[in-house]
Amino acid sequence: MDLEFDASYDDFRSEVREFLSKNKPPKTFGMSEEEKPSRVGWLSLLIEHGYWARTVPKEYGGYGDSPDLLKTVIMDEEFNRVGVARGLNAQGPSMLVPTLLTHGSEEQRKKWIGPTMRGEIIWCQGYSEPGSGSDLASLQTSAVEDGDDFILNGQKIWTSTADMAQMCFILVRTEPDAKKHAGISYILMPMDSPGIEIQRLETMSGSIGENSFNQVFLTDVRVPRANVVGKRGEGWKIANTTLKHERSSLNSNAEGTLVRLANLMQKETIGGVPAMASPLYRDRLMKLQARALTMKHHGMRMLTCSLKGEPAGVAGLIVKLQNCQLSFDMAALALDVMGELGALYDHSKYERERGYWQALSMFSLGLIIGGGTAQIQKNIIAEHGLGLPREPKPAKA
Amino acid sequence: MDFGLSEEHLLIEQSLRGFLAENVPIERVRELREADCPNDRSIWSALAELGFAGVLVPEGQSGSGLSLLDAALAAQALGHGATPSPFLASGIMAPTALAAAGGSAADAWLEGIGSGDLVMGVAVTELFSVREDAGVQQRDGALHGSAMMAIDACNADLLLVAIDSETFAVVKTDAAGPEITRLATVDATRCTSEVVFGGVQPEAVFEDAGEAIRRMLEAGRIALAADVLGACEAMIEQSVAYAKERKQFGRLIGSFQAVKHMCSEMIAELEPARSLLWYSAHSFDAMPDETPLLACHVLAHLSEIGREIASVSTQVHGGIGWTDEQNLHFWFKRIANARHLLGGPEHLRDQAAKLQGFAPAA
Repeated sequence: MDLEFDASYDDFRSEVREFLSKNKPPKTFGMSEEEKPSRVGWLSLLIEHGYWARTVPKEYGGYGDSPDLLKTVIMDEEFNRVGVARGLNAQGPSMLVPTLLTHGSEEQRKKWIGPTMRGEIIWCQGYSEPGSGSDLASLQTSAVEDGDDFILNGQKIWTSTADMAQMCFILVRTEPDAKKHAGISYILMPMDSPGIEIQRLETMSGSIGENSFNQVFLTDVRVPRANVVGKRGEGWKIANTTLKHERSSLNSNAEGTLVRLANLMQKETIGGVPAMASPLYRDRLMKLQARALTMKHHGMRMLTCSLKGEPAGVAGLIVKLQNCQLSFDMAALALDVMGELGALYDHSKYERERGYWQALSMFSLGLIIGGGTAQIQKNIIAEHGLGLPREPKPAKA
Repeated sequence: MDFGLSEEHLLIEQSLRGFLAENVPIERVRELREADCPNDRSIWSALAELGFAGVLVPEGQSGSGLSLLDAALAAQALGHGATPSPFLASGIMAPTALAAAGGSAADAWLEGIGSGDLVMGVAVTELFSVREDAGVQQRDGALHGSAMMAIDACNADLLLVAIDSETFAVVKTDAAGPEITRLATVDATRCTSEVVFGGVQPEAVFEDAGEAIRRMLEAGRIALAADVLGACEAMIEQSVAYAKERKQFGRLIGSFQAVKHMCSEMIAELEPARSLLWYSAHSFDAMPDETPLLACHVLAHLSEIGREIASVSTQVHGGIGWTDEQNLHFWFKRIANARHLLGGPEHLRDQAAKLQGFAPAA
């Protein structure tokens, strides 16, 4: 255990602080086309100072520094303090870039990583299909070789930001006769290719919250063969790298949410008395605070493992399961504290915090299911973490 | 920054675990169930020789002067072995209070505690839970009243007794001392007693000792949380091993999703709790401002998940898990007893809320 900051880190902190006081970020730098100029400008400035893409090599458009856990913590603390996101929380930077760094060709890294980190290209992820939920390897979208291209046909679902994305990293079946996990390829597909149709998917969270999901229909879409990442037929292995990054990027800021929840309980009154004065609500808050603290420090332990290159073992496999459930449970307390008003929707007159807690409740339920359901996570923990035997394979139909 | 255990930490944990597996196996714990007091002095002498009696006693005073994180890892190993010993009172709480209070009497006792020759129990329950009108008062220098659920008292040489949140006294447990009656609890691996003071003359009274009492409770709570964590670990290990060898319906039970999920849910609760325990114990020496809140949360949280893990791991074993023969109940009951030993979870969470100004201070 060494959690001390030495003096050089104080300098680093002042440097970050000074940067943030001198440079005002754009009001929004989300994923839409209108936000592109401000987004690219801001992210480029962050990369130049090493606050974003810090460990991405220079030749691929990053800052090219070695990993430093303390500096990461300091940057996060300072950006949180002024309420500015440190970079772009999107699937391109968090999932595709690490995958390309591990499996991409030199040409692919040079071409895609820089523009992705600068926010010039927005990506979506084409994994899920209507017929293959947890059994992702049963996916059916086909890609047939034709000269220098593959021709793609099929349907994807749960494709968030497909409506804003220029590119999609997609899993397709290139060898229809191969066994389930074999014969899948990982392809980079431009979203303006002819034959792509995008339909918004209505979810239980409706217009509340900011996350859009889509269905993507592919009819004879041509993608160059050069856009296959890794070897043809090895897509499953490559996708698993990406999923690992997705699960660790689902590390919610539980402590921040807890503070927000405590504030709500001090403000919200029932019969003129703040909810915080109720021993019942307060006890629930304290239970959640203990869980939020465990996940905060567990996150620091995981970060240490990853920076030292040590395997986190079973301790690493449980993060997604626990964080998603904790988020849902914090939202649940907030909704109970708001009582009848917690059911208000669609920005009704007495709505609190623009529906933040209603949205969090439904969105975190979505996260418990997405990225591998809680039940699939438990199987992974039991089999890969504890070494319990696999379930016997069902007899062939 | 390095959030994790060092080689030295791991060595403490593993060497003590190895020692206990060899010298105090569960069969030995079972034998001690029949003894008048489970705190067998031969086990304690052996632990003292390994340096654990004086783990928190300063180096100049015959101790090893290690950190609370080191001590917590030892507590974890003792919980893992369901090992009876006065470690909580004599190894953690009494030396913390005496070192913080200071003075020549305290120094002399620390010396004895560090070598393992002197064993000290603690009677502190009334600071957070008064039952049966218990409580100790000082009149004309002598101590009157009673204390419930005193920890590690009946085989001890000295007893530290809290009079209120600012004052504690130290008394001898000889013939002129208080009347100490062991209270049999579900937990056969830990010693708890009722202590009656009929005008006992204390060896010393420490006044203005609020800080020493607070630090003693913090250290005790973190060490007790570590003990529960170790007990949970042992129960999960036994469950996973059983699920890998027991067959039902022609299959290993560990291949059934229902059993798998019980095991993953237990480990999913335990691993983050381990991270919180490391941080809490580390804070005691490195960031003491953070410790009051963490000590409440870490013990309340381990109490909650401990009860669940104790129950589920027994269920994984089916009916045999419920039998005396299977031994699992030694851990189940140790966890159950620990839940209220230094403040139950509701009390601890109330304290946590008060510390943050969420609840009016008492």
